[in-house]
Amino acid sequence: MADPMRIRAQASGDKATVRVLMSHEMESGQRKDASGKIVPAWHIQNVTASLNGKPVFSCEWGPAVSKNPFLQFTVKGAKAGDKISVTWKDNKGDTRTDEATVS
Amino acid sequence: MRMTLNAAAVAAMGLLLATGAALAQKTSTQAIEEYREMLQDGNPADLFEAKGEDLWKQKRGPRNASLEQCDLGKGPGVVKGVFVELPRYFADTGKVQDLESRLVTCMSSLQGIDPKAVTEAAWGRGERANATALATWVAAQSKGLAFNLPQSHAQERTMYEVGKRLFFQRGGAHDFACASCHGEDGKRVRLQDLPRLTGNPGDGIGFAAWPAYRVSSGQMWTMQHRLNDCYRQQRFPEPDYISDATVALGVYMGVNAKGAKSAVPTIKR
Repeated sequence: MADPMRIRAQASGDKATVRVLMSHEMESGQRKDASGKIVPAWHIQNVTASLNGKPVFSCEWGPAVSKNPFLQFTVKGAKAGDKISVTWKDNKGDTRTDEATVS
Repeated sequence: MRMTLNAAAVAAMGLLLATGAALAQKTSTQAIEEYREMLQDGNPADLFEAKGEDLWKQKRGPRNASLEQCDLGKGPGVVKGVFVELPRYFADTGKVQDLESRLVTCMSSLQGIDPKAVTEAAWGRGERANATALATWVAAQSKGLAFNLPQSHAQERTMYEVGKRLFFQRGGAHDFACASCHGEDGKRVRLQDLPRLTGNPGDGIGFAAWPAYRVSSGQMWTMQHRLNDCYRQQRFPEPDYISDATVALGVYMGVNAKGAKSAVPTIKR
């Protein structure tokens, strides 16, 4: 399994700001190595997040997102103690899910 | 979400410089500081810190042991505060060692890992990558503390003098020394401010800023990596990993930085 994500979620009023740092090489598939061969694409394609089990966020990423991506978004109706779960899937089929509690 | 850093940074810089012209002229230093502020949140160094903590506690190597009994200068297993007192003299090895060479000592003596697995690996690979993660985590445990390297042992004082000689020694194809870039105030190379390292350059600067995550290469750079690249840029042969020369330079810079607060791990361009 890939290295864990770091998730921080902070509630403020009825919203929570969620910050996620993902560990991933994010090869665009456009780089060439020293011998001139293309380094194959290897990057996250899907990120989804749920609040207490209910899906609240999803996005599709292409080759433009850089290595070790940082993602930040706000969720309405989140309060301290709620569970945020984030999942990513990459183009090789690898996936990773991590959870955090809203503080 | 962090898009292609180049496009976003150029757009942001363009916007900053454009608004700067309309108001009081913003210096390039201020613009760079704002760019760095934008990058602060979600420093990928956190990922290396987390990995380092796992590696410290994990049973590994032929001896199937963790590093939790490693003595980094304040007793076996003590991690908080050690970073700001390194390099220092160690009685068991009879030499002055920096953080990374001490980690290699512990990986060898406690875990049975061959030092060559670290010293001969490429940056970011294998046991070298593990040592980098460990160094990041250990250093982070001293964040905010002031540098206070010991100079009580004769070898520590000798290494300071060796480091000072190396700092000013000119050589290589361009006849550079460390001092060529880091010997005066107010110097800059392209867009990077160069701290004067012959004295205390201030909190979180110079010796107090590495290990750092380098956004442009997506790599975690320790002080060993920084010194290696400085020599490479001076067109010197690259120094051996954890060689005495690199440790001596660490003593020179670290003692000069006495009182400066560590900001490690930081984020760099």
